[in-house]
Amino acid sequence: MLRLENVQAGYGNILAIKDVNLEINKGEIITLIGANGAGKTTTLMSISGVVPARSGKIFFNNQEIQQKEPDVIVRMGICQVPEGRHIFPELTVRENLDMGAFLRSDKKEIKRDIEYVFSLFPILAERRGQDGGTLSGGEQQMLAMSRALMARPQLLLLDEPSMGLAPLVIKQIFEIIKQINKENNTTIFLVEQNANQALHIADRGYVIENGKIALSGTSEDLLKNSDIQKAYLGI
Amino acid sequence: MDYFIELFFSGITRGAIYALIALGYTMVYGIIGLINFAHGEIYMIGAFTSFIVATVLSIYGFPLLAIVLLSGVAAVIWSSAYGYTVEKIAYKPLRHAPRLSPLISAIGMSIFLQNYVLLAQTSDFLPFPELIPDFPFMEPVAHIVGSSDLIILITTAIIMLILTFIIKFTRVGKAMRATAQDRTMAMLVGINVNQIISVTFIIGSALAAIGGLLIASHIGQINFYIGFLAGIKAFTAAVLGGIGSIPGAVLGSLVLGLTESFATGYVSSDYEDVFAFSLLVLILIFKPSGLLGKAETKKV
Repeated sequence: MLRLENVQAGYGNILAIKDVNLEINKGEIITLIGANGAGKTTTLMSISGVVPARSGKIFFNNQEIQQKEPDVIVRMGICQVPEGRHIFPELTVRENLDMGAFLRSDKKEIKRDIEYVFSLFPILAERRGQDGGTLSGGEQQMLAMSRALMARPQLLLLDEPSMGLAPLVIKQIFEIIKQINKENNTTIFLVEQNANQALHIADRGYVIENGKIALSGTSEDLLKNSDIQKAYLGI
Repeated sequence: MDYFIELFFSGITRGAIYALIALGYTMVYGIIGLINFAHGEIYMIGAFTSFIVATVLSIYGFPLLAIVLLSGVAAVIWSSAYGYTVEKIAYKPLRHAPRLSPLISAIGMSIFLQNYVLLAQTSDFLPFPELIPDFPFMEPVAHIVGSSDLIILITTAIIMLILTFIIKFTRVGKAMRATAQDRTMAMLVGINVNQIISVTFIIGSALAAIGGLLIASHIGQINFYIGFLAGIKAFTAAVLGGIGSIPGAVLGSLVLGLTESFATGYVSSDYEDVFAFSLLVLILIFKPSGLLGKAETKKV
């Protein structure tokens, strides 16, 4: 479904990702793990077209997308929940969700999807009239994921959904990620520092080091790999 | 008491005009963080366009209402085209440059447009046709509120209501607010950010054009330099109210207009600018973010 071939991208003179190759199949949960500054966020931003790839190719459903504008990529079915959640602080919860459905015009279906995300995260229904900026971190993460779901993505990119959240909330978020994947057959590409938790829900994983994919394999294999255990799992 | 009321009305009339221009500054600042110094020139071009159209139409003997509407529409279209083009030529290529670069580019555009109009037209003051007649029903209060004050106030109020509606409830308005609050995220939900920036410039320019038409017919003369002072005053008003805040721009403009009017009436017209800018300094000392602005916070 998504394939990155020798992708390079960066900011100014700095090349944040030097050679990224990976492939994601429909219906999978794939995780990308790595340390701070390894290039995880840049990989996602280059898929979304916000930090355009300088070289290499990105295929989505066999179409090249590395030259496309971010809004075109969203229209094609790739949505991202960025690191730090990026809630629109002065829009209400409801308006934030409406922004997620910005490219859609099927009012009835949008309403149904809002009911759906409210059923996933009942707390959001209670807060619907509140400004996004007044929510707690966990609620903001829930809102950010719901907002992305409002676009009905085929592929959902999640950048560190567990960052800064309490363990109980993290558990809930990961449960929902699995549920979204199962119920809607949404393919999920999960970027995490929390390697243990990520590998436990993912089918396969990639490890990125210094802007290059260093290792890949099924989650079970990666969890057993002694290098990974030392570097990322703290065992 | 009559004198006080007269000054009050002349103050809010001034404020209304400032508001029409200040909104352009504040909306553009809100969305791309740039002080568009060429904005005063867009207003001046609006005044010139309506001057040319109104003069030609009155030679051909069009009825007054048709002249007002047609010259207004022409000014709005022409100014918007300039605003749109200025953004595309002078600011868009500098989108990722350091903040100072587009600012310098804006000053350059301002000087360029001033001189362009100077060469294309003339450096003399041109008599602007009187577009707003004295209404008979205003006769009893004419010594306090003039007919053109009334028209300016009503027009501005209607425009503000339309603008509020657009920004609060329409799709493009929501996209503008979203882009102003978080540009990266706006891209990620599929908003075409470049398009929204263009729309912002077009709306701001259209408002300035209407301001240009109204003030030119109120004062009765224009030249190529009127954009400079009006631009500085409107910019002051936007900062006073809190740059980036739309209600702030309107409030700041009214406060500035009233201050100037009362300073002129009770002290001396020589000191109106002194009072206006002293007010600005005081507000910036005691509330640096402006009346309704929020202190800028940066997340780390």
